Amino acid sequence: MSQWVLSGLKAKIKTGIKTTRYPARPDRAPGVTPGLPVPRPVRSAHSGEGDAERIANRCPTGALDAREGRVDVDLRRCIHCFRCAREGSESMPWEGSYEWAAAVSPTAKLGHAFASSVHIRVVDAGDCGACLHEVKQLANPYYNLHRLGFFFTPTPRQADILLVVGPGTDQMREALTKTLTAMPTPRRVIAVGACALSGGVFGPSFACSEGIRSIVPVDIEVPGNPPPPLAILHALLVATGRAQSADSASRTRQLDAVERET
Amino acid sequence: MASAPLALSVPEEWSTRVRIRDDARGLQREIECRPEAVKPLCSWVIQTIGYAFAGLIVEEAGEWRLRYAFYSTEAPSAWIYIVAHAPHAQTRFSSITEVIHAADWHEREAEDLFGLVFEGHPRLGDFVLHDDAWQEGLAPMRKNFDGRRPPPLRMPNPDWRPRRIVSAPGAFGMPVGPVYSAVTESAHFLLETVGEDVIRALPRFFYKYRAVEKVAEGRRADDALLLAERINGLTAFAHGLAYAQALETIGGIEVPPRAATLRVFLAELERLRHHVGAIAELCESTALVVATSQAAILEEELLRLSGALTGHRYLFGLATAGGLTRDLPDAEVAAAAVRARDIVKRLDRLERRLVRTSSFLDRLEEVGIVTEAEARAFGLVGPIARASAVSRDLRAIQPYGAYRDYVFEVPREAEGDGYARLRVLFAEARQSLRLMIQALDRLATGPVRSADAAPIAGAALGWTEAPLGAAFHWVRVDEQGRILRYRIIPPSFVNWHAFHLAAEAFAFQDFPIILATFGLSVSENDR
Repeated sequence: MSQWVLSGLKAKIKTGIKTTRYPARPDRAPGVTPGLPVPRPVRSAHSGEGDAERIANRCPTGALDAREGRVDVDLRRCIHCFRCAREGSESMPWEGSYEWAAAVSPTAKLGHAFASSVHIRVVDAGDCGACLHEVKQLANPYYNLHRLGFFFTPTPRQADILLVVGPGTDQMREALTKTLTAMPTPRRVIAVGACALSGGVFGPSFACSEGIRSIVPVDIEVPGNPPPPLAILHALLVATGRAQSADSASRTRQLDAVERET
Repeated sequence: MASAPLALSVPEEWSTRVRIRDDARGLQREIECRPEAVKPLCSWVIQTIGYAFAGLIVEEAGEWRLRYAFYSTEAPSAWIYIVAHAPHAQTRFSSITEVIHAADWHEREAEDLFGLVFEGHPRLGDFVLHDDAWQEGLAPMRKNFDGRRPPPLRMPNPDWRPRRIVSAPGAFGMPVGPVYSAVTESAHFLLETVGEDVIRALPRFFYKYRAVEKVAEGRRADDALLLAERINGLTAFAHGLAYAQALETIGGIEVPPRAATLRVFLAELERLRHHVGAIAELCESTALVVATSQAAILEEELLRLSGALTGHRYLFGLATAGGLTRDLPDAEVAAAAVRARDIVKRLDRLERRLVRTSSFLDRLEEVGIVTEAEARAFGLVGPIARASAVSRDLRAIQPYGAYRDYVFEVPREAEGDGYARLRVLFAEARQSLRLMIQALDRLATGPVRSADAAPIAGAALGWTEAPLGAAFHWVRVDEQGRILRYRIIPPSFVNWHAFHLAAEAFAFQDFPIILATFGLSVSENDR
């Protein structure tokens, strides 16, 4: 067994610490986030008004809304299909941010007692595997969520946060409700991914709801398809009051400061 | 995708009662028959011709069309479809499960979703639609069922109890799931035991049933592509590609050479990343912490590499009918290949350490065995079949895209235990790198997407060897380019069918490890 200890130490000496500095410093490593489309005014040399609609019509989930020469984005519906960015002559700019989590209930923040030890129960309510995988990536050495006092727990009885991925399938409805009921209060619910927020490409249908809000009350929403690990980490920090919740106003301000990827 | 001509003839006794239609391109042979002839014809295709069962595709188009698809597992050869036509009023058909065990779940699914009864099937009901949640007799895949909203009448069966098999003194059942362990997909396993060993493992799936095949109907073909990518987010590109290839066959769309090469590169990048992730999970199931971290580091590096190269960590939004949605600069593809080579080198070092760790091997060797005979009977696919000496790799036996021109090996192991499955994962990861480097050398200049063509009505099957095994996507579109029927036969649906074989007769504490050595997707199975 000593070979593992040695190989672990050797790798650490050779490559240094891999863990992200986030939240102390922003992480700008390539490939940590797929980014999201940015709301923007559409100025066009030729037809003007029609271009905004043309861009919005390319969106298969209705996340883009063209209004008075401007395209707004409903992040809860965006599924990262890149159609607004890649097809046609006019395209939406994408920005490579990841602080996407938004508090949607007035009591989204847990109290001070939870500042350094929070237990999370993850429930898959019909997810395609990607969101769940990004949640799981939080435990890898690059993100190492334990350093921030977050822990996954197998039992809802010890959980403070219920983290739900997937659109909320009909046959998971009962298991999801029972898991929440088994958790002690105070407790918070984080919905992760476009499917959990809006049903994504699946819902609503006879077998699947339009997001998990119709099954359990949601405190924090994380858009993305899937949201990268840093976005999920941001949601956990918002839940414990250690990071600012994203909202559309601050998002726009933040955008002026960061580099834009077009 | 042209194949060798099919040199077979239907047995004399059937020749007057069936109608044979060959596809002009030599891709497929359709044998149309009456429902009564299905069972003998299917057993003839399996036993005499030696083909493998791909799946059952039910279509409702004024009448019932039951299409049984078979593929050659030897040299590339045309597909065989046995197509039975029956009037819409007929809802009883004879089951073929007795002669082809692999058809078991296909018939159960069709019974639940279409309301067709397969006579002679040992057990129907409570499969996709759970009896404790839905009333009997609901057939959501039928055209007259409105899938957009819940049905008005909802009468679950309150008396439903899990099926039990073991009735020895002291026997008890241990339910696992649907919410279990720390971070896992939702599925239920009832483990029956009298103490230490699992005597019977009874899995129950479809908690995650999203009715993908139903909601796809009526959507535009390129919007249904979004569903194809999201039946298993971890192998999105392979599924998207299988779907895109089906549309390309229908429309006769040519894929530009550069796109064909990049598709190989991306598909193999995805396989490499998937297998590294599966290895990390396997290490985690044995609580080997350092190895888990080392494999997880490699996986995250591959995810970042994919994200930086294509814009999306899981390669969403790239595959499309006629090519790819975006080009990738040569220099970035080359840089990605160099980094992938470095990652595989570190993966090799990890493998060398793992095979010298006796406490790790003790948990895998001779645990969770699937024999070759079982793998054949259940028609298993992918790395699990290849670990049980059944080397079915669609890239080799039914080459699609550019794979015909590539040189690679199909790793195969004979033991069928957890360790064999682990070795197959490592060997396939190395082969994927080999294919990526070959693709890099062949990168031609030119467009990556052919011009949009007007939609053509028709139906076709698209297939890829996804990281988990053979993925079949059957698509029928109308002249407006809207989906009439979309049937997905993912590898996990085929392989979960045999999972109980591996779990039974082993101890409780082996169960999570056997689960990890299978490494299957529940999402893909449930759809």
